[in-house]
Amino acid sequence: MTVADLSVSASGLSAPPAQAAGADLRLVALTKRFGEFTAVDDLHLTIPAGSFFALLGPSGCGKTTTLRMVAGLEEPTLGQILLGEADISATKPYRRPVNTVFQNYALFPHLDIAENVAFGLRRRGVKDVSAKVNDALELVQLGGYAKRKPAQLSGGQQQRVALARALVNQPSVLLLDEPLGALDLKLRRQMQIELKRIQTEVGLTFVHVTHDQEEAMTMADTIAVMNAGHIEQMGDPTTLYERPATTFAANFLGQSNLLAARISGGRGAQLTSVVVQGRRLALPTERISSAGEDLWLGVRPEKLLVLPAGEDLAGRNSLEGTVTDASFMGVSTHYLVRMPWGQELTVVQQNDGSAPLRTGDHVVVAWDPVHSFGLDATQDAHAGEDIGDTGGAGS
Amino acid sequence: MSALAHVPSRSSGSATSSGRVGRRRATPYLLLLPGMAWLVVFFAVPMAFLASQSLQQGNIETGYVLTWDWQNYVSAFGNYWPQFSRSLYYAGVATVLTFLIGYPLAYAIAFKSGRWKNVLLVMVIAPFFTSFLIRTLAWQTILTTNGWVVRFLRDVGLMHLFQLAHLVNNNVVLGSQLAVITGLTYNFIPFMVLPLYASLERIDIRLLEAAGDLYAKPWTGFRKVTLPLSMPGVVAGTLLTFIPAAGDYINSTLLGNPDTTMIGQVIDAQFLRVLDYPTAAALSFTLMVTIVVMVMVYVRRAGTEELV
Amino acid sequence: MAATTTVASATRPAPPRRRRKSPLAWTREHIVSLAAAAAFLYIMLPNIVVIVFSFNLPNGRYNYAWTRFSLNAWLHPCADPAMCQALGLSLKIGVAATVIATALGTLVAFALARHRFRGRAMTNLLIFMPMATPEVVMGSSLLTLFVNLRLALGATTILIAHIMFCLSFVVVTVKARVQSLDPRLEQAAMDLYANETQTFWRVTLPLVAPGIAAAALLSFSLSFDDYIITNFNSSPSSVTFPMYVWGAAQRGTPVQINVIGTLMFIIAIGAVAVGQLVGRRRRGA
Repeated sequence: MTVADLSVSASGLSAPPAQAAGADLRLVALTKRFGEFTAVDDLHLTIPAGSFFALLGPSGCGKTTTLRMVAGLEEPTLGQILLGEADISATKPYRRPVNTVFQNYALFPHLDIAENVAFGLRRRGVKDVSAKVNDALELVQLGGYAKRKPAQLSGGQQQRVALARALVNQPSVLLLDEPLGALDLKLRRQMQIELKRIQTEVGLTFVHVTHDQEEAMTMADTIAVMNAGHIEQMGDPTTLYERPATTFAANFLGQSNLLAARISGGRGAQLTSVVVQGRRLALPTERISSAGEDLWLGVRPEKLLVLPAGEDLAGRNSLEGTVTDASFMGVSTHYLVRMPWGQELTVVQQNDGSAPLRTGDHVVVAWDPVHSFGLDATQDAHAGEDIGDTGGAGS
Repeated sequence: MSALAHVPSRSSGSATSSGRVGRRRATPYLLLLPGMAWLVVFFAVPMAFLASQSLQQGNIETGYVLTWDWQNYVSAFGNYWPQFSRSLYYAGVATVLTFLIGYPLAYAIAFKSGRWKNVLLVMVIAPFFTSFLIRTLAWQTILTTNGWVVRFLRDVGLMHLFQLAHLVNNNVVLGSQLAVITGLTYNFIPFMVLPLYASLERIDIRLLEAAGDLYAKPWTGFRKVTLPLSMPGVVAGTLLTFIPAAGDYINSTLLGNPDTTMIGQVIDAQFLRVLDYPTAAALSFTLMVTIVVMVMVYVRRAGTEELV
Repeated sequence: MAATTTVASATRPAPPRRRRKSPLAWTREHIVSLAAAAAFLYIMLPNIVVIVFSFNLPNGRYNYAWTRFSLNAWLHPCADPAMCQALGLSLKIGVAATVIATALGTLVAFALARHRFRGRAMTNLLIFMPMATPEVVMGSSLLTLFVNLRLALGATTILIAHIMFCLSFVVVTVKARVQSLDPRLEQAAMDLYANETQTFWRVTLPLVAPGIAAAALLSFSLSFDDYIITNFNSSPSSVTFPMYVWGAAQRGTPVQINVIGTLMFIIAIGAVAVGQLVGRRRRGA
């Protein structure tokens, strides 16, 4: 409906953005230093046209600086930003076919909603402004709000205006800087779905910066996990979650139990056998992203089962321990199980109606070896912990 | 927790004991009483006296009678219209100049000074803690006939232009319109810079980034975003400059000549030397009314009603 | 790392693009800063003159032309006893006006910021008007009052006038500070068992203190520097420092005036610097 109108009318009239539409965004050796501090370190990245791309990382990891360099608000110290074949690294922000949905929206308080949305169109001298503004406001479901001032709108509505104000320009790349950070949980969920819908409908490239892993996984086709100025790992949400390549990715994106393990008897064709504190466990050979003999054996909490001691465990990895904490969450129960060597494993058990375990119970923790992954033992097992989900609804 | 409900004035509806409510009702008036009484007795009442004096006839020896005669206004205006209009004109020019000089300064302090912001702000205000009169006297030294400023103006040919515009007389700056306007502009700059700075500093830098992101060139971004958002500062600054400048006569006395006399000089002389109180009061009251009317029209047109 | 794309060496980026800019381009880019610097010079120029000429030893009675360097004025600041007398009177009136105006104005500011009452609009108007009235009008109207009431002019009438015009500035400054206070701080104090009086003295007042200090500083400088209103309400026996300077401008300016002007400048900067330091220490930086 309205979306089709918008893209048809826009492609017919707005020349500057249209030429670059359908172009990939490429960051080549992009580096930004602030004095001694390197915010972004030799970043190489290709973002295909039309994708919904998320840069995910804790605050200070360089994701916002990267975004600002793409927007032209920050000058790279080194490297290039390419849109298709055009190098836009030195282009002024007002000449780039790139628009931003700012954190806290940055709506012009002295202009009404319609004029806020029309701002970019007027600057470029586009014709038929009011029709485009109306289409854009319809797209974000704010049809009747054209004459209001930003202060008269709720946070969620302001967020939509900021989106419409950027979208109406049909940019080659739309940048979203923590777009949902200021909204409450319920609204955030709603807007996640909404943003994904709009992106699918308009087909523009969205680059989304967030520290909220849930937000990134819900919306993005591809996620790049950033840490300390570089990309730790990139991939689709499922791959990232199921096969983290670094301890940072394993801890930042969801939660992981990491056990210090050592390969015994070489790498097998399918499974490799390892020893953890004298106990023999297995993991798929292709899921080991470390060349050494020592590694971290990782497994996600929801992949673990807690069973009363003495169950049949054929073919599974299993460890015995004692329940030290049980938190009932309704849909699931979170347990902490202490291993004989003191480490506590986190277990998330679906509420399937079985009787809950109690603190002090002796249990066996078991999981299918294929759910294990192996990480480089030289990495910090706690990297990326407790910094990811300040806004998340509990992982 | 009655105590909690007690703190902000918003919760004035909560009824505790009746004695307490009574005391709370009286509190604001007790707080206001001394200060407002002072302003009533020494500001409002004198204004009434001034208005009344302007409608009296008589002289200082025999005393005055209230005649409700407008003659004082007619003669005051007949005699001093040039000084009156000149005051408004000089004040207007000085206001425009303080704006043109003060805006870049306020802008640079607000957006371009980084961690030197506070230092620069202090450096802008501190000079004005030296006595107004001493600084104005310093302009006599600066603009002196063979000083470097005058020689520079002569060398670059500006003096010629000023002469053509009748801003200076016989290539001498001191004792000219130019000197008076220079002094007025200088003396009221902080009254322009501070409100401008206050409103510029409040502007979220991301709004300017957003303007650039939305294809506004720097100058367009300034015109469409920065300037409109700084309007409260512009309005406050122009008022704070224009009002005192219109009534000032220190600059015109110390830097001007008899042809640059401003209305303040006339009022001062009529009150303190000629002792013609009714005429002086009529001039003074007219100045007050003129300025109040101009301020109201200006504020309405600028659309900013909350100034204080 | 799976994420990185390999780049052909042909597209390898050039080293930092720091082109040399033409002087014209440089000027265009820094036009605002240049204009600000020029404005700054304009503001500082008279003060520089005041300071430099405080070391002058002029030939005649007027200190307008540079003759030769001398510390004479600094070593003998009270060479003209009348000047130091005037200075003393200005200080006395300044301190008294500051104390009274700050006290009365702070009360009004609290009433406006924290209470609802009838006549609020009228109160605001009465506070705004003195700031919007030219000094010559305020001075002359007060003179009319005093003359009609047959009150003798002198230090007392000057003080009355100074308190009047300082009051509004105190109210506006302190009110802004009170309004910017987070009301939850006071609620927290009361939640932690402080009664109204304790809350006021231990929480509210310390937080409002910087605003009150700023108002007092402003009052003092307004009072100390006032010529026009003072001139209307003084007698020949009550000469303040600005009145002395005015008189000197007609009959000869002693270099000592510049010494006082320089000291005022230094004291003002010192006061602000101390204020900043105290503020920084309070914030624990």
